[in-house]
Amino acid sequence: MTMPNFSYVRPKSLKETFSHLSAGNARIHAGGTDLLGCLRDGVFTAEKVVSISQLDELKRVERLKDGSIRIGALATVAELTNHELVKEGYPALAQAALEVASPQLRNQGTIGGNLCQKPRCWYYRGEFHCTRKGGTRCFAMAGENQYHCILGGRGCYIVHPSDIAPALVAYGASVEIAGAGETRKIPVEKLFVLPEQGITKETILEPGEVLTAVLLPPAEEGFHSSYRKVRARGSWDFALAGVALALHFHEGRVAGARIVLSGAAPIPWRCPDSEKIITGQSLDDDIIARAAAAAMRQARPMQHNEYKIELFKGLIAEELAAYKRS
Amino acid sequence: MEKDRKVSNGQGRKGISRRGFIQLVGAGALATTVVGDLGKPLPAAAAEVAEKGEMVHVSLQVNGRRHRFKVEPRWSLLDVLREKLGLTGPKLGCGRGECGACTVLIDGRPRYACLTLVLEAEGKAITTIEGLLKGDELSPVQKAFWDNDAMQCGYCTPGQIMAAEGLLRVNPNPSIEEIRLGMSGNLCRCGSYAHIFKAVEQAAKLRRTI
Ligand SMILES: Cc1cc2nc3c(=O)[nH]c(=O)nc-3n(C[C@H](O)[C@H](O)[C@H](O)COP(=O)(O)OP(=O)(O)OC[C@H]3O[C@@H](n4cnc5c(N)ncnc54)[C@H](O)[C@@H]3O)c2cc1C
Ligand code: FES
Ligand code: FES
Repeated sequence: MTMPNFSYVRPKSLKETFSHLSAGNARIHAGGTDLLGCLRDGVFTAEKVVSISQLDELKRVERLKDGSIRIGALATVAELTNHELVKEGYPALAQAALEVASPQLRNQGTIGGNLCQKPRCWYYRGEFHCTRKGGTRCFAMAGENQYHCILGGRGCYIVHPSDIAPALVAYGASVEIAGAGETRKIPVEKLFVLPEQGITKETILEPGEVLTAVLLPPAEEGFHSSYRKVRARGSWDFALAGVALALHFHEGRVAGARIVLSGAAPIPWRCPDSEKIITGQSLDDDIIARAAAAAMRQARPMQHNEYKIELFKGLIAEELAAYKRS
Repeated sequence: MEKDRKVSNGQGRKGISRRGFIQLVGAGALATTVVGDLGKPLPAAAAEVAEKGEMVHVSLQVNGRRHRFKVEPRWSLLDVLREKLGLTGPKLGCGRGECGACTVLIDGRPRYACLTLVLEAEGKAITTIEGLLKGDELSPVQKAFWDNDAMQCGYCTPGQIMAAEGLLRVNPNPSIEEIRLGMSGNLCRCGSYAHIFKAVEQAAKLRRTI
């Protein structure tokens, strides 16, 4: 478990960062909580570690003129749990951040690193040359797959490990991605990659690109949101199942809805069928049950994770029921 | 081989050499006026580079004292605290952020020293359990752990105490739920949790009476 050798650089500007990243096999270090674990466990290698930790330009959390919130990629997860702008307008994000890992990791881990972290599949993290590492086999398919995905898997059955990502998708947030060329802004929903689109990638980021900020649209009246996570034990743990909800109510009826799952799929998983079922309706038991069932209609469990289907149905139903009187 | 490669790799020599790194990170205010390997002045905002396997100077502030020594870029803060400074309070448990045995305070906040590169800890105030002592006198959190028998083998204890210290510095009067949450990054294989939580409650009271 010794740390392999690498060279280390701490640029003073984004421009300098891009030039260092253009060298072969350079890796970005933000808080380092995921990167160092991966390097130590040999999940991947790095010739050069490029630490962006001193780029103050990526640390700000601010409200922009149009009312949206811009969160620099280096804002720590702990900051998300207690920043007034986040707590006030985006409670699901603050809740999700509080569900992340442990106090020590929240103090160090950043929002950018959380979105770009590597999956936690124990075969991928272990000494298995699996499909995600460029091999030919997914060892979870016939192995210990109780924590693996029930939706969206093909050739690889990871679940996306982030609690923050589903909350961001529920809010319709975007990320800003900068590289040596142009800066682009894309919805968080489009940031992640399904195995069938690219089995060795988790995000659409190209080598040399840096996720510089997360942008949250202005919080509106009549908008309610929450994040709930179920895990196997009380202290820190990744989600067995989680659901982020962002619901817009108008005169007692759902005017708009986003339902996004964690622990279900290789990416934060939206449930468009369930969203459609509740839209235009007032939330009663029948509608809620139909929406919960619809979310799992496409589910394809493996040998050890069928329990997740009932878990998700119950979780979605309970969470929606909490809004009955909104 | 290694040497050849380094020489032919011109990158490191363009102002951001090892020497530049040493001086930039070590000398604080002097950093903008130092002179690089080739005798040329360094640009003021040069990046700090440490080559693979190379020893570079680092200056750390630990328990209120400044230390300077040579490190490899891949070394963790935990490696250095234990092996270079002989501070064996912080322990190596899992080495991957899962157990909390290595917990120290960085700028007053609990963090895992095993997942912190020593070069990332430059310029920050680091506190280990050794730094809580005032002479021979135990700090309130240490005393509360002692009074409540909040340990069996004791391996997790320094980490637990540092997590509790960090928690109480931002939340001097935590509820039992807040204590559980604040201590959730520290595992105890001996299962002393009930006593640990009691100790943290008592520590909060002790701190208020000082
Ligand atoms: C024991 C443990 C438990 C955990 N539990 C949870 C949990 O319950 N829920 C959860 O959501 N997460 C969990 N995590 C993950 C944790 O939240 C992440 O490790 C952390 O948020 C990563 O942030 P970082 O700044 O340390 O990233 P780093 O480790 O610095 O980087 C992570 C990855 O992202 C890349 N990267 C970082 N920043 C950028 C950027 N700005 N642009 C482009 N690429 C970038 C890096 O190259 C690296 O590959 C856990 C981690 C551990 C170790
Ligand atoms: S040794 Fe650092 S968390 Fe276990
Ligand atoms: S006292 Fe033994 S591990 Fe906690």
